[in-house]
Amino acid sequence: MGRQMCLRQMGVNQKGIIKSVKAEGELGRRIRDMGLVPNTEVMVLGRAPLKDPVALRLRDFTLSLRNNEADFIMVELPGE
Amino acid sequence: MTQMLNIALAGNPNAGKTTMFNALTGARQSVGNYPGVTVEKRVGFVTHNGLKLNVVDLPGTYSLTAYSQEELVARDYLVKERPQVVIDIVDANSLDRNLYLGVQFMELGIPLVLALNMMDEVRKSGKGIDTRKLSRLLDMPVVETVARAGVGKTRLLEEAVAYAEARGGSWKPLTISYGPDLDPALLDMAALIEQEKFLTDLYPARWLALKFLEGDIQIRNLAETVGGVGRKLSEIVQKTEKHCRATLDTTPEAIIADYRYGFIASVTKQVVTTETDQQDRIAVSDKIDRVLTHRILGPSLMLGVLYGMFLVTFTIGDIPMGWVESFFAWLGGAAAELLPEGLLRSMVVDGIIGGVGGVLGFVPLIMIMFLGISFLEDSGYMARMAYMMDRVLRIFGLHGCSVMPFIVSGGIPGGCAVPGVMGTRTLRSPKEKLATLLTLPFMPCGAKVPVFLLLGAAFFEGAAAQVLFWITIGSWITALLVSWVLRNTVIRGEATPFVMELPPYRLPTLKGVCIHTWERAWQYIKKAGTIILAISILIWAAMTFPTLPQEKTDAIREQREAVQIRLNSVEEPDQAPLQAEITRLENRAAEAALKNSFAGRIGAGLESITRWAGFDWRVNVALVGGFAAKEVIVSTLGTVYSLGAVDAEDTEGLSKRLQKDPHWNRLRAVSLIIFVMLYAPCFVTVVAMSRESTWKWALFSVAYTTILAFSLSVAVYQVGQMLWS
Repeated sequence: MGRQMCLRQMGVNQKGIIKSVKAEGELGRRIRDMGLVPNTEVMVLGRAPLKDPVALRLRDFTLSLRNNEADFIMVELPGE
Repeated sequence: MTQMLNIALAGNPNAGKTTMFNALTGARQSVGNYPGVTVEKRVGFVTHNGLKLNVVDLPGTYSLTAYSQEELVARDYLVKERPQVVIDIVDANSLDRNLYLGVQFMELGIPLVLALNMMDEVRKSGKGIDTRKLSRLLDMPVVETVARAGVGKTRLLEEAVAYAEARGGSWKPLTISYGPDLDPALLDMAALIEQEKFLTDLYPARWLALKFLEGDIQIRNLAETVGGVGRKLSEIVQKTEKHCRATLDTTPEAIIADYRYGFIASVTKQVVTTETDQQDRIAVSDKIDRVLTHRILGPSLMLGVLYGMFLVTFTIGDIPMGWVESFFAWLGGAAAELLPEGLLRSMVVDGIIGGVGGVLGFVPLIMIMFLGISFLEDSGYMARMAYMMDRVLRIFGLHGCSVMPFIVSGGIPGGCAVPGVMGTRTLRSPKEKLATLLTLPFMPCGAKVPVFLLLGAAFFEGAAAQVLFWITIGSWITALLVSWVLRNTVIRGEATPFVMELPPYRLPTLKGVCIHTWERAWQYIKKAGTIILAISILIWAAMTFPTLPQEKTDAIREQREAVQIRLNSVEEPDQAPLQAEITRLENRAAEAALKNSFAGRIGAGLESITRWAGFDWRVNVALVGGFAAKEVIVSTLGTVYSLGAVDAEDTEGLSKRLQKDPHWNRLRAVSLIIFVMLYAPCFVTVVAMSRESTWKWALFSVAYTTILAFSLSVAVYQVGQMLWS
């Protein structure tokens, strides 16, 4: 079992697997529409010049979301 | 026999849907709006084997919820118009995510053909997709395409037509299992819906049940109107929600999404094969991003791109703009020769040709601007700009994508609010878009700049450039602060989620960019011929009627004739002063005529209020005229100061005249600068705004900007007077 942490806390180039998405309503819907659902692997590609938003790599595409939106997503880091 | 077949194109944004639409229909398309919303409706016409096809390009969406206008429009179109077949354009590079929308179409049951687009990239990246197997698993035709090159488009049409005929309009909803926690509830609800025939003429029962569980606002509102069934359905939903919360700490809609993705994965696992390092395509894009969104390089390059685009637009745009202007000047001259002197000539030359000509002069500008915008959008760079700017603009309730419209409108002095307003279309968040629309007219557009330069030269000698600089800074600050205020009052509400795809960089297709540009220009030209023509005539009339009473014009004409007689009798060297005398008389006549007109009377009538800001009737008339176009301010000031109509490019005489006028001083100049900087957008902008939002918001923008401008001018003028007198 790896360590769990919030997506916001992940560093650049770090990989993790989504464990839960707690967002509801429109935000929750948008996050899920984009394929951010449990068991998806994500990698932090980088952050915007002012550290927010964050760019994420999913398996075969790239998306970005704000830090306060990333707060709703918990990831599990692969065992160290 | 010719038959009509309705085909709808659907798909994710950036999946190449519009490219495919252009490839299929070429230039035979028309653009309008869906009734009641500002979402564009594109319809194209194709003849295929003697069959007339009506192709509708639905807005690009990721899902079919009721959250955004685009999604509502797309789904309402499907259930109400019931096209015979839907073509779902998917980006085969990210099949899983793209199928999320496709699965929702399948659950709706509408005849669906899948177009696996960008197959060239897929193959290049070493991936394989077993199309035949996919078609068998999903039970629908699947066609491989490369929309950019038009590959597969004929087969796509053939398959779509054949499938539409085979299905004969029947809908076959797909049933996916949503697990032990939801399936029983879904079954109960579907049975209830079936039994009560609630909306079953439009939607399949299970789909309605699903939407209920997902918390779909549109369907729930509809259910409330029918009473009994609605209540029973809500009870089941509440029970299920409570159960999910208690046992799984989640919501039904999250479970639904998980199962949908699960279903998709079970399909794609069987058809997609990845051989080697399949990250090729995005790997290149990632490398570019490392430079283009770099912490320091990124913003600098962005400024460079924005500035470069601005420069190109307004320097290159100037050339064809000059042609259009000379053409209308020639047309005006020709009309003046043909028509006898009098009101008709004045209306045709000054009202119609002058007004419409001035407006059409923007067309080259709009075209070049949109060439740039479409290029940035289609290449994927626009998304990066939004990504980099979002943190700053979000503070003011705006969106990263707001930066472009601001710059175009004059964020770098000299822009134009009209293409800026039209450029807000790239904003997909309604509240942020409205805040951008309402504040971008504060930017110092090219037509306001001459006013600032005139006043700067007259009252801040040698510092006109600094004046312009501070005006630009002031405009930005005002726009951002006002946007913040608006987002906390009239357009209050949570920020729209940002979650946005950063599509891989691609070279835009020439065809796509050209069609897009031409569409915008054409929309604008159509407006110029109708509503703008009408308003031009109205403004002309306000500045012409009522004409001076006969005895006054006669008196001026007599004076002029007397001078003319003297002029004819003297020799060459003595003619100059007499010539000047004639000009002076003509200018004075123009001033008297303007003062007597409605506009002049409005100006005089407003003087009792506007003197609080230091404006007399002359300034008022110029400002009223400025509503037609801000260029008019300078030329009208020329007329009211008896200098004849002054060319906005050459204001030295007027600036000297104001400098010497005892009525004018620095404080008055500052007050006027503030007012011109902020007051009502010109009516062409207002018309464009009404198209992007509603007439109500467009008129609101006229009112609130004018009130704000006037209050600030009065404040500055009054405080200034107290301090310096």
